[in-house]
Amino acid sequence: MSKLTAAIVGPGNIGTDLMYKLLRSARAGGSIDPRWMIGVDPSSEGLRLAADEGLESTHEGVDWLLKQDELPDLIFEATSASVHREYAPRYEEAGIRAVDLTPAAVGPAVIPPVNGDDHVGAMNVNMITCGGQATIPMVAAVSRAAEVSYAEIVASVSSVSAGPGTRANIDEFTRTTSRGVTEIGGAVEGKAIIILNPAEPPMIMRDTIFCAVPPDADRDQIVSSICAMERAVQEYVPGYRLLQEPQIDDPSPATRGQTKVSIFVEVEGAGDYLPPYAGNLDIMTAAATQVGENIARSLLTTGG
Amino acid sequence: MTDVNALTRTWSGTHGADDERSPWGTLDLRLTDTCLRDGSHHKRHQFTATECHDIVEALDASGVPVIEVTHGDGLGGSSFNYGFSKTWEQELIRIAAETAKRAKIAFLMLPGVGTTDDIRAAQDNGGQICRIATHCTEADVSIQHFGLARELGLETVGFLMMSHTQPPEVLARQARTMVDAGCQCVYVVDSAGALIMEQTADRVAALVAEIGDQADVGFHGHENLGLGVANTIIAARAGATQIDGSVRRFGAGAGNTPLEAFVGVCDKLGWETGIDFLQIVDASEDVIRPAMPEECQLDRMTLMMGYAGVYSSFLKHAGNAAERYGVSGAKILLEAGRRKLIGGQEDQLIDIALMLKRRAELEEPAQSGQEKQAANA
Repeated sequence: MSKLTAAIVGPGNIGTDLMYKLLRSARAGGSIDPRWMIGVDPSSEGLRLAADEGLESTHEGVDWLLKQDELPDLIFEATSASVHREYAPRYEEAGIRAVDLTPAAVGPAVIPPVNGDDHVGAMNVNMITCGGQATIPMVAAVSRAAEVSYAEIVASVSSVSAGPGTRANIDEFTRTTSRGVTEIGGAVEGKAIIILNPAEPPMIMRDTIFCAVPPDADRDQIVSSICAMERAVQEYVPGYRLLQEPQIDDPSPATRGQTKVSIFVEVEGAGDYLPPYAGNLDIMTAAATQVGENIARSLLTTGG
Repeated sequence: MTDVNALTRTWSGTHGADDERSPWGTLDLRLTDTCLRDGSHHKRHQFTATECHDIVEALDASGVPVIEVTHGDGLGGSSFNYGFSKTWEQELIRIAAETAKRAKIAFLMLPGVGTTDDIRAAQDNGGQICRIATHCTEADVSIQHFGLARELGLETVGFLMMSHTQPPEVLARQARTMVDAGCQCVYVVDSAGALIMEQTADRVAALVAEIGDQADVGFHGHENLGLGVANTIIAARAGATQIDGSVRRFGAGAGNTPLEAFVGVCDKLGWETGIDFLQIVDASEDVIRPAMPEECQLDRMTLMMGYAGVYSSFLKHAGNAAERYGVSGAKILLEAGRRKLIGGQEDQLIDIALMLKRRAELEEPAQSGQEKQAANA
């Protein structure tokens, strides 16, 4: 076999955007063949668009998919954390690898330019959150140059791009993201804040990353590590960019005696499904595509 | 002759909440002092345990029925983005609850900043009223928190922040979302101090019409256009029965509605608040003022906030960024208004300051070039 087959579960904003990215990746010689789009609402626009693209689309849910003679090799979960927690064991039973785009955090978390190759063998990997995908690379960039005792991220996204899943459980966003800031970003302590801004026209996703490093940390090394990480993320999210030079503030009582590094980024989406302001969706789906391709290549080369 | 000062609605105990500790009998309006929460912005979140104790003691003795205590940006607000607390907010809540003999202790939380874990901790430390704030178009992010707060037996209040940005009918729909989730009182929150009299009344009236038979309506004012007391009076006349203020205006921006002044007004109008005017005026001079770093001023920066509709707690952060990068603080605030930033986006003020600095640097060489030309000519 030359490609892995894949199903997208959840034909909402994320699932639909992901479909376009997987199709593009397939056309460019990628190793994933997106074949199914699974939903529960017959009136879903995402299902209709998937059918237009030639995917087998159903509103009969995962139960339908798991009853088919041919099962996908890979499932991309774009529903909600609670749905994924329910179905993840069944995917595993059926021998299907899962890339989880909800904050369920069933499997290990993956940020492509930081630990993209670490978990290619896992049955289930988690994409953390949009805010995590946009900010944790920068925390990791600072961490590899200096010890980060505390990192804090502030994600501002347009209201229209925050779907019902995020809104119903915003605590899951803050908890999952702050855990990623420490576990993958490498900070000793982490905090995450999310703001939904309703401005019209919608604002492009913006993220700020604050890191506390020792007063004697090598500032030039930190800045060059940040710039290198910007280029690494741009390889799969071209609209990811530093808005300003990283700002470095001397230790003071306001920084609790540490040097404060402030990083300002903007994430402009590719506009595959939602308009470019929805960089928060774009970075999730672009990262999931990368991770899925990594898994596929690894499986195809090992024959697993 | 009809009594022009008669209130159409009075506070009659919180909807659905037992109020065993209430020593007041009937209140026409139930007032909440927020200098230990909104004032936290003005204080740059540096309250000490002693200040918290002394302020709660004085307010409680004056008869203030509710005292709000938290980091200015709510539970979990202590951060680089909003400023680190000198004293952990949960510790301040515990001290306040231990100090108050009659008053209930309220705390604030913003979904996206704090979490349900923080709400549980605040209750364990003696907090009784959970106030949940969202931007005034994003009420649905608070549903899980109202659900938990009611499950825990907390009294609940919802804050629709930046209420000046939306028309009355939009606010009413958002208030409906909060009440359906378990909120017992929804506040029209004039975070930017930008509402002008009738705009306040229309918003309060729309909420009363939508949720009035199931919940209270409240009003939280700021002084950035000097209208805190006037807006609060008209809000009460429109049916708001829970009212916020801060003694000596001790709050973000130009400060909140001065609670002691509003108590005096209520005395004059015959509205019962349960608060002793002379005692709270003494508390203002003797206890609250000494805890303030300076008076809350109606000056260039704070006026700009009311004028441009900017979230009041941006004040100190805009000042910091202006000083750090040598640009105009007033221009930072105007640009924040133009970008339609909302509460919580303090980080973006640094981005604005850097943009202003870059713009100034681009203009400078051009100017010196022109001067050179002028000198040559």
